[in-house]
Amino acid sequence: MNFLQSLGRSTIEKITAVGASSIMLFGALFAFPKWKNVGLTIAQVHVVGVQSLLIILVSGLFIGMVMALQGYTILVNYGAEGSLGPMVALSILRELGPVVTALLFAGRAGSALTAEIGLMKATEQLSSLEMMAVDPLRRVIAPRFWAGVISMPMLALIFSAVGILGGHIVGVDWLGVDAGSYWSIMQATVEWDKDIVNGVIIKSIVFALVVVWIALYKGYSCIPTSEGISKATTETVVFSSLSILGLDFVLTALMFGAN
Amino acid sequence: MISKRTELTVGFFVALAIAAALLLAMRVANQGMAGSGEVYMLNAQFDNIGGLKPRSSVKVGGVVVGRVSRIYLNERDLIPVVELEISSEYKNTFPDTSSLSILTSGLLGEQFIGLQPGFIFPEDLIAIEEDKVCETEDLRECPYLTAGEEILDTKSALVLEDLIGQFLFSQGDE
Repeated sequence: MNFLQSLGRSTIEKITAVGASSIMLFGALFAFPKWKNVGLTIAQVHVVGVQSLLIILVSGLFIGMVMALQGYTILVNYGAEGSLGPMVALSILRELGPVVTALLFAGRAGSALTAEIGLMKATEQLSSLEMMAVDPLRRVIAPRFWAGVISMPMLALIFSAVGILGGHIVGVDWLGVDAGSYWSIMQATVEWDKDIVNGVIIKSIVFALVVVWIALYKGYSCIPTSEGISKATTETVVFSSLSILGLDFVLTALMFGAN
Repeated sequence: MISKRTELTVGFFVALAIAAALLLAMRVANQGMAGSGEVYMLNAQFDNIGGLKPRSSVKVGGVVVGRVSRIYLNERDLIPVVELEISSEYKNTFPDTSSLSILTSGLLGEQFIGLQPGFIFPEDLIAIEEDKVCETEDLRECPYLTAGEEILDTKSALVLEDLIGQFLFSQGDE
C-alpha cells in the first residue's frame, strides 16, 4: 500500500512539475513583445552568451584538433587522408557542434541561471517584484529565456567554425594533408540546408529551449534554502544533459536517419 | 541601464557568430543546387540501380546538373524507375537522344548518374528555329528533353559480383 501511495504521489508530483513549468514557460514566452524588455534581454545575452564564449572557443578548437588527429591516423591507413575535411566537418556540424555546445552551455550558463534565480527566490527578490506589481515572469524569466534561445545557435555556429579551423591547423598545417583537398572535398560533401541549418541551427535551438526551460524552472521552483539551491543547480545540469543526449538521438533519427 | 561595455561585447559576440555563419556558408558548405529553386523532372528506367540513392547527383562530364529525387519500382514490370530533377538552368539543353549511365566516383566512392548528351538532327534544329516547337504548349515535337519525359537509353550500374562472375565464366571456356 505504501508503495502504491508513493508511486501515486511521485506521479502526481511529476505531472504537477510539467504543468507548472509549462505555465511558467507560457508566461515567459508571451512576455516577449514588450519592447522595453529588449534591453534586459541584451544584458542577458551578455551574461549567457558572451561569458560562455571562452569555454566554447577553447573546447571547439581542441575538439576540432582531436578529430583531425584521430581521423588522420585511421584514414591514412587507407590512403584516404584527403577525406579528413569532410570527416571533421560532418562530425562537428551534425553532432559535436550542437551537442557539446549544449552540454557546455548547460554546465556554464544553465547552472548559473538556476543558481541566480534560486537565490533571487531565497532572498525574496521575486516576491518583492510581485509586491511592486512587476511580473517576475516578464521581468526576470522572459529575458533570460530569450537570451538563451538567441545565444545557443550563435555559440554552436562559432563552435563549429572554430572546430573546423582547428581541424585545419592539425590536419593541414601539422600533418600535411593538402589544404585544397581539405576544403574542396568538404565543400562537395557538406550541404548548407541539410548539415548546417538542420544540424547546427535547428538542433541547437531545440537544445537551447530545453536547457533554458529546465534551468529557469528549476531555479523558479527550488526550495529557497542553500541546500535547495544546490540541489536545483545539480538537477539542472543532470536533467538538461540527459535531455540533450536523448533529444539528439531523436533529432538525428528524424534529420539524417530516414532514407 | 545597459553599460556601453555590455553593448560592445554583445555586438562583438553577434559579429563573431555572423562571421562563423559566413565561414560555414562560404568555405564549408556547397551552395550548389541547394535551394537554387526551379527544377524540371525526368524519368528513366534501369535494370539495376546498384547503390544509387535519392539525392545522388546527376552529372554531365563531371558538372552537377541535377539530383535523383525518387526511386521506385514500376508496378507493372517491376523495373526500377528513377526520377531526376534537373535544374531549370539546363532547360532545352539536352537532346532527347541523351543516354544515362550509373557510374561510381573513384573505387569506393558513391554512385551517381552520368548523363551523356546526344545529338540533334539538322532538320530538328531548323524546326526549333522556325516552328518554335520548344515554345509551344505541346512539347512532344521538341527534340530536347522536356519535363516529365522518359530517357530510354540507360545503362545499369556495374555490379562487381556479376563482372567477376562473367570473367571467371569466360576464363573457364579457354
